[in-house]
Amino acid sequence: MNILMRIRRYNPEKDNKPYWDEFRVDMEPIDRLLDALNVVKWTMDGTLTYRRSCAHGVCGSDAMRINGRNRLACKVLIRDVGSKVTIEPMLGFPVIKDLVVDMDPFFDKYKAVKPYLITHDSDPGTERLQSPAERERYDEGTKCILCGACTGSCPSVWGNPDWVGPASIVNAHRFIFDSRDQGAAERLAILGQRDGVWRCRTIFNCADACPRGIHVTDLIEQVKRAIVYNDTKGE
Amino acid sequence: MYYKFDVVIVGSGGAGLMAAMQLPNASVAVLTKVYPTRSHTGAAQGGVAAALGNQEEDHWKWHMYDTVKGGDYLVDQPAAEILTREAIDAVYELEHRGLPFNRTADGRIDQRRFGGHTRNFGEGPVRRSCYAADRTGHMILQTMYQQAIKNQVRFFNEYLVLDFLVSDGQACGVVALEIRTGEIHTFHAKAVLFATGGYGRAWRITSNAFACTGDGMAIAYRRGVPLEDMEMYQFHPTGIYKVGVLLSEAARGEGGRLLNGKGEYFMERYMPTLKDLAPRDIVSRCMLQEVREGRGIDGKDYVYLDLTHLGAKVINEKLPDITDFARNYLGVEPITEPVPIQPTAHYAMGGIPTDVEARVVIDPQWTPMPGFYAAGEVACVSVHGANRLGTNSLVDLIVFGRRGGKHMVKFIAENSHAPLPLEPEAYAREMVSALYSSTGGESAARIRSTLQNEMDTRVFVERDEAGLRKALDTLDGLQDAYKRVQMQDKGKKFNTELVEAIELGFLLDCAEATIHGALARQESRGAHYRTDYQKRDDENWLKHTLAYKGTKTHDVRLDYKPVELIDDPIFKPKERKY
Repeated sequence: MNILMRIRRYNPEKDNKPYWDEFRVDMEPIDRLLDALNVVKWTMDGTLTYRRSCAHGVCGSDAMRINGRNRLACKVLIRDVGSKVTIEPMLGFPVIKDLVVDMDPFFDKYKAVKPYLITHDSDPGTERLQSPAERERYDEGTKCILCGACTGSCPSVWGNPDWVGPASIVNAHRFIFDSRDQGAAERLAILGQRDGVWRCRTIFNCADACPRGIHVTDLIEQVKRAIVYNDTKGE
Repeated sequence: MYYKFDVVIVGSGGAGLMAAMQLPNASVAVLTKVYPTRSHTGAAQGGVAAALGNQEEDHWKWHMYDTVKGGDYLVDQPAAEILTREAIDAVYELEHRGLPFNRTADGRIDQRRFGGHTRNFGEGPVRRSCYAADRTGHMILQTMYQQAIKNQVRFFNEYLVLDFLVSDGQACGVVALEIRTGEIHTFHAKAVLFATGGYGRAWRITSNAFACTGDGMAIAYRRGVPLEDMEMYQFHPTGIYKVGVLLSEAARGEGGRLLNGKGEYFMERYMPTLKDLAPRDIVSRCMLQEVREGRGIDGKDYVYLDLTHLGAKVINEKLPDITDFARNYLGVEPITEPVPIQPTAHYAMGGIPTDVEARVVIDPQWTPMPGFYAAGEVACVSVHGANRLGTNSLVDLIVFGRRGGKHMVKFIAENSHAPLPLEPEAYAREMVSALYSSTGGESAARIRSTLQNEMDTRVFVERDEAGLRKALDTLDGLQDAYKRVQMQDKGKKFNTELVEAIELGFLLDCAEATIHGALARQESRGAHYRTDYQKRDDENWLKHTLAYKGTKTHDVRLDYKPVELIDDPIFKPKERKY
């Protein structure tokens, strides 16, 4: 099918400000939107710039704003976007070139919540034990691929770029509720601050944007409750 | 810019990060052309093998036997012993670092079946694969990256390495392009470890990421390092039809079966003991035979992976991601419908030759190049021989990434920086400026597409002399055409057209070594199946290929080194039956 791609362009070496560019391509309905971007780059305009790697939704490189919603270009099929598709860089991130945004601030916020296992005991000779139920408790957050789709969809982030944002909280949750971890108090202290969890206004854009189906807003609420009730075991 | 570090690690997947973890007191730079969490380790699904024996009796020696036999006896046996012995501690280390493995009812690491992994030297399948749902690689990558943050490892994200620096036979650094600015930088180091992964993008139907373009292999090859056993390339049986996205072997480990167009579970006809859990090279060949004899689905060139008898609970809990892939890319519901599949380019058993300390060795006498290391898919230790078993790639990353890191600790304590060669950036700058100034009018996309079609057609599950010669002719033409590649994007900043053009050059070099090795090896062994030489020939070919790049274009020199065997009758080469 023939589709019209409307793409937000910006070349820092040429353009004073971003502009809209248009391309027409013939694609199969089951092709990925990433395939269409590749057709443009490889046969029409080699300057079109975007990130991509795994092309099946697990590496998180190609998050972008597609018809107004943050999606991975490799998970969106042509048949699902219609005959005209609008593609922009994610909001809330500085644009480097075309659809490529600066992810460094995003990863800095991720690092700020201590996203690693903290233990004070020495390691046992074999594995630490963890029941299937304890393992299940933090499963949701382990799916995160750090694509930034949630953070880039959040009006609270747009309004306050310093805010830690949903992806960081998801990754804090992943450790706060891990029965092996002993660093919950440190993380909850960080997230209890001004730019911590409380700027979340439960808008649910993040949950809609997540390509991994993580119930992001729900996880954020669980962290809020853990701070209020000082409880990392319950719901 | 000029940077000086004790150690430069190129690649931020499992092997690179595992190596970095071993060097807490050294100055270490990890260069990656993506962000670390985008590395292709993250796409690994099914698990990591270790004879923990959490589910049933198991021993590292059984695992070693399976690895050697699975590799059709091209495996260096002392390396396989290290792999399977150290896998056990390495998996515990991953758990200690936070990896969220699935658990047994009593809280231990859960284990499941996988292709070619058996109990008691081939008696039947064994539960050996430690896993985290069907995103084990994702969890390894995340866990190692988290640990790297904790240890404040210095990353250079979105830096594409263009060249490897050697001074008087000793490694002394790399030259890299900073993608964001277009600047070229020199990294001066005492030791360099390549962990750049494979080159699956030389094929069109592939499970590999766009980033898998053989950078490390090609860069080493251009600097006179041989590439070992490149003809041994694995085609995974269960790629999504026409797309190539991987559906993990864990699907068959959990009980999934392959179905032909006549509704037969055909693997039991070929491999009565292991059936659908036979090694990948065998299963891929059986699929091709079914199709050739008219038993593909509707007579076409694919078969089904059938999971429908597993039930929604097993599928949703243990195979959630891959069922999502089938739904998303095929519109097929695996709980109720079989999934169309075909073999997909997956994994390089070959690569940069190393010893068991991950030191790069440059000749048949195992002479190391001081300061140069490689680990993971880019390397050939060789623990996978002619065919890798499922779950052994993740073991390889952690075991040999760790050994390489530990050996570098010693190396940098005992050695100082070798002086840089004169004008260290000259080669890299010439490569880049030639692409900017070219007016040859050739399209990199056209060359890549032709290469991929050729590899899909003639350098696939089955090969023969006529086809390989044709592929070589095509490749020669593409190498000439590559010199005329012209870019539209003349900008410096974030020029991904430049990145893709450079990567294409790497792919062409990897394909060159692959086709030359395949043409010369007149036997069938593991993943290398020659229809004109259908038998394994231990008398003449129980040896590793070493391909050296010649001084002129199209010129390749082949040498060989013997396979390392150990003195134990159980590991003596014999016919593979499952």
